[in-house]
Order: sequence, then structure tokens, then C-alpha cells
Amino acid sequence: MLGYVIRRILFAIPIALGVSVVCFSLVYLAPGDPLQTVLPPDATAETIAIVKHAYGFDRPVPVQYAIWLWHVLHGDFGRSIASQRAVTLEVFGALANTAMLALFAAPLSFIVGFGMGALAGCFPGRATDRIVTGAAVIGVSLPNYWLGLVLVIIFAVELMVLPASGMGQSGSAAFTLWHWSDAQFLVLPVTTLAMIPIGIIARTTRAAVAEVRSQDFVTTLRAMGLGEGAVIRHVLKNASPQVLAVMGLQFGYLMGGSILVETVFTWPGSGFLLFKAIINRDIPVLQGTILALALIFVATNLIVDLLQAVLDPRIRRA
Amino acid sequence: MNERVVVAPGAIPADSEIADNEVDLAPAIKVRGYWQSVLHRLRYDWMTIGFGLVVLAIVIAAIAAPLIAPFDPYQQSIVGRLKPFGWRGHPWGTDELGRDMMSRLIYGGRISLLMGLAPVLIATVVGGMLGVIGGFAGRVANTAIMRTMDVFYAFPSILLAVAISGAMGGGMINGIISLSLVFTPAMCRVAETATAQVKNLDYIEAARASGASTLTIIRHHVLGNVLGPVFIYASSLVSVSILLASGLSFLGLGVQPPEPDWGLMLSTLRQSLYVDPLGCALPGIAIFVTSICFNLVSDGVRGAMDVRG
Repeated sequence: MLGYVIRRILFAIPIALGVSVVCFSLVYLAPGDPLQTVLPPDATAETIAIVKHAYGFDRPVPVQYAIWLWHVLHGDFGRSIASQRAVTLEVFGALANTAMLALFAAPLSFIVGFGMGALAGCFPGRATDRIVTGAAVIGVSLPNYWLGLVLVIIFAVELMVLPASGMGQSGSAAFTLWHWSDAQFLVLPVTTLAMIPIGIIARTTRAAVAEVRSQDFVTTLRAMGLGEGAVIRHVLKNASPQVLAVMGLQFGYLMGGSILVETVFTWPGSGFLLFKAIINRDIPVLQGTILALALIFVATNLIVDLLQAVLDPRIRRA
Repeated sequence: MNERVVVAPGAIPADSEIADNEVDLAPAIKVRGYWQSVLHRLRYDWMTIGFGLVVLAIVIAAIAAPLIAPFDPYQQSIVGRLKPFGWRGHPWGTDELGRDMMSRLIYGGRISLLMGLAPVLIATVVGGMLGVIGGFAGRVANTAIMRTMDVFYAFPSILLAVAISGAMGGGMINGIISLSLVFTPAMCRVAETATAQVKNLDYIEAARASGASTLTIIRHHVLGNVLGPVFIYASSLVSVSILLASGLSFLGLGVQPPEPDWGLMLSTLRQSLYVDPLGCALPGIAIFVTSICFNLVSDGVRGAMDVRG
């Protein structure tokens, strides 16, 4: 087990480095000079040279990468071009807000998705199965930002029972979960965000349950006289590692893929920060946010793999 | 009953004058090839056919947009902004600049379908090729290709798409490039797995022993085994690609105004959410219908291509 853990962690390090290379090279994907946004159009050659030197753009690219990586490892992502604040502060504040959405959306989608999928897998071909499969396809085909807009139309514009966007008057600093006046701002974004994972998890669970149910040991269990409830318990237990893997991946998506939903609800999380960075062409913020989110995604995958190995001894030996 | 003589396919008519050895060679029952049996199975799958027809209708509407669109999709009107269904001959009303909604939705299908199909096609070709090379070539090439792909795999898809087109700036071409990059690693993995599975089988060995070059082996023996899984996977990506592309446009990273695109329309109409909620919902319905139809057709094709099923 320890060998597996070490191997898996060692495998994640080059990936994390590769991710940092991709994030670093985003600067060079940008058209024109990365300094265009900070420099006035009539800047003299001398000013340009000074600013270039200040930002370190006059050195060879690998050296720039090494310096950048060194700073990043020390928690310094540079300064935002738009707000002049440290990127680290902006990113971490936003990440907390994204994590709040993800931590509510994840259990919601895991429970609903798993329940739906298990129900469908236990009654394949029946009406329940068709309804669940249909609902799951709808879940994965819906543009979730559009669903967000529709929910806003229904609950904020027409019924006026929930707020349309933002985090409330107190803002993210004084946001208190246990006060409905603040917590109500979570309802629509969390529901919207959970839609795609519900569809994906329901589909995976249904397939896994149906597959396990067709295995020989289930027939044996029935032949031994076990009741349907006990059989289903065995089936779900055997289907769970596969479902868990997908759940972990979906949690990563909830953290890293929330840009559209956060933009629709102007939720001040990492996705919305990314959106603002794109609008302002604020490359340091763009870089820092994407690096942080991608590293979280890598870490989530690592944790899920390790969890799976704990639950399923077959993986450890492979 | 009817007196007609039914001649089975491949059977020899009794009165024909054919030499005996040729009769022996003719098969008694026509054996269906793999792709033929897939088509045969699809013929009785009315769901897949139905949704396939809807996809076909959307594609045809997009191609023939100038013929069927009732108005010019760029024609603005100051007085006719955000009008309801049926206003002065505009069947689905007008948008925030007074342009005909129906025409814009029909024209929008062109860009949305292009943004959905082009990245998948590019990723299939590039990723498929890299995967076959990686699966067939030795350790170094395989490691180099697959570990690079792992890095891109380490980003959530929407994040990678946003990162690349966010850095490169908006525009349709940049959107297609970034989405192609998003799909290539997954495509590469599928092709690599399929290649590695057949690579060490005896018949490949036999082909090599009989003097076939690597290229010939890949073309005749490997590609046939790779195309199936790659095609299934690619078909499932189309709907994802449409969703991601419209998402990029929604963020202002894809197609730029005044081009009609479903995602972009959604983003501009969003400002008028309180005035015209129904009009605001229309482009989303277009995205949803297209995406779910591609999804269901892909599911149907996958089911028909699954030999075990």
C-alpha cells in the first residue's frame, strides 16, 4: 500500500510541473506584447525597457520560467495588472467562495445522482429506468449557464422568492451560512452547478450497477436465498469504486469548471475572477487562478486514486 | 399464396449455366460485415433514427440558412427591439437590436455546429494519429506523447478552453484551436489504448514476418481496430463541444458580435432578462436541443456498435 501511495504521488509531481509550464506559457499565447496593457501607447523606448526589466521580460524564457516558478512555490503569483493587488490574495479569497459552492453542490449531486442511478440500475428496462436515463441525458445536455438564467427568470424575476445574483449585502467577508438572508444566495448557483454532475453520476452508477448485477456472484447470492434487499446491498458495494472515481472527478470539475455558473450569478469565486481577468486582459491573475484551479484538480485526482486503493485492494496490486 | 419465387441473396438461379466449382464458391447465406450489421441494428432503433433526423434537420437548416431565414439576421431596427412572438411578421420576435430572432437562430446554427464539429474533427485526426504512433512506437515515443497528454488531461475541460482562448483572445478560430486542444488528449488516449491492445497480437506478428512495412501494418491491421472506438468517442464529444463552444461565446471568448451565435446571443440577451425572459431563453433551447440530439444519437450508435450488446 505504501509503495502504491509513493508511486502515485511521484507520478503527480511531473504532472504538476507540466501544468505550471502550461500556465506559464499562457503569457506567450497572448497576442502582442504582454506589457501592452500597462504601458501607455506613447511610451518611450526607455520607459518600455525599464518596465520590461521590472517585470523580468528581458531575460531568456527558461530563466523567466524558473524565476516565476520559484516565486509561485513561495506563494507569490505576482501582482494584478488591473487592481495592483497581490494575485495570491485575490485568488485565495475567490477560491474560498468557489469551495463553498462546490462543498454544497458535491453532496447534493452525489446523493441525487447515485440514488437515481442505483434506482435505474436495479430496475433495468422499466419505467423508472427510462425516466432516470432520460433525466440524466437532459442533465448532461443542458448548457448549465442557460439553466441558471432560466432559474433566475423563474425564481427571481417571476416568483421573486430567491435573489438573482451575488452574495448579498454583507459580501464575501461577512457571509454567514446560518443566516437565511445570506444562505439564500447559495440556492440557485448550487442547484445549477449540481445539474451536470447529477447527470454524469446517475449515468455512471446505472451502468456500474447494471454491470455488477449481471455477474455470476449475484446469481449465487440469489441461489443462496438472499432477499432482494441484501442482493442490492452487495451490488451497490461492488459498484461503488467505479462510481467513487467519477465522483472525485466531478468534484474537481465543480471546483475548476464553475466559471460559467459563477459568471451567470456574479458569484465572487475563482471562476468569476477568471472571467474578470479575461475581460481586463489581466494575465497574472489569469495565470494564477488557472494554476491554482488546475493544481486543485490534480490533487483531487490524486486523493481519489488513493481513496480508491484503500477501498479496493485489487488496485493496489496493479 | 403468391406464386413469386423468392431468390435468396447470393443464391444461384437454377437455370443458370455456371460451372460447378463456381457454385461451390458462392456462399449460401450472405454474411454481414461489421459495419453492415451496425447499420442493420440501427435500422430498428427508432429513437436513434428520430433524433438523427432532428440533427439532420438542424444541419440542413444551417446550411440552407439564406433560403429559409425569413429576414436578414444583421438587419437592425431601432423601433422593433425585443418585440414578442409574431410581431410584424417576426415569428419569434426580435432581439435587443431589433434583429429577427428566428433568422438569427437559423444562421446561428451554422457557427454553433461548426464550433461543435470542427474541434472534434481536428482532435480526432491529431489525437488519433498521436495515439496510434504512441501505441505502436516504442517506449520513448509513447512516454513522451502520453505524459504530455497527461498534463493537458490535468485541467478541467472548460478551464483549459478558457485558459487558452482567454490568453489568445476571442474569435472563432481561437475558440476552435482551444477546443481542439481540449479534446486531443482524450482522443489520443482512446487511440493509444486500442492500438496497444492489438499491437502484440499474433496476426500483426505474422504480417510483419511476411514482410509488411510498419505503415502497411498500421494502415491495414491497426486502423481498422482503432477507428471503431475513436468514432464512438468522437461522436460523444460533439455535444460536449457544442456546449463548451457556446459557453466560450457566452463568456465573450468565442464568436464576436455581430455574428449570430447561440452562446453569444444568450450572453447579449441576458441584459434584457427582465424585459423579455422568453426571448432570452430561446438560444438556450436551440443549444439544448442540438446537444441532446447529438448525445442520444451518439448513445444509439454506441449501442449498435457494441458487439457484446
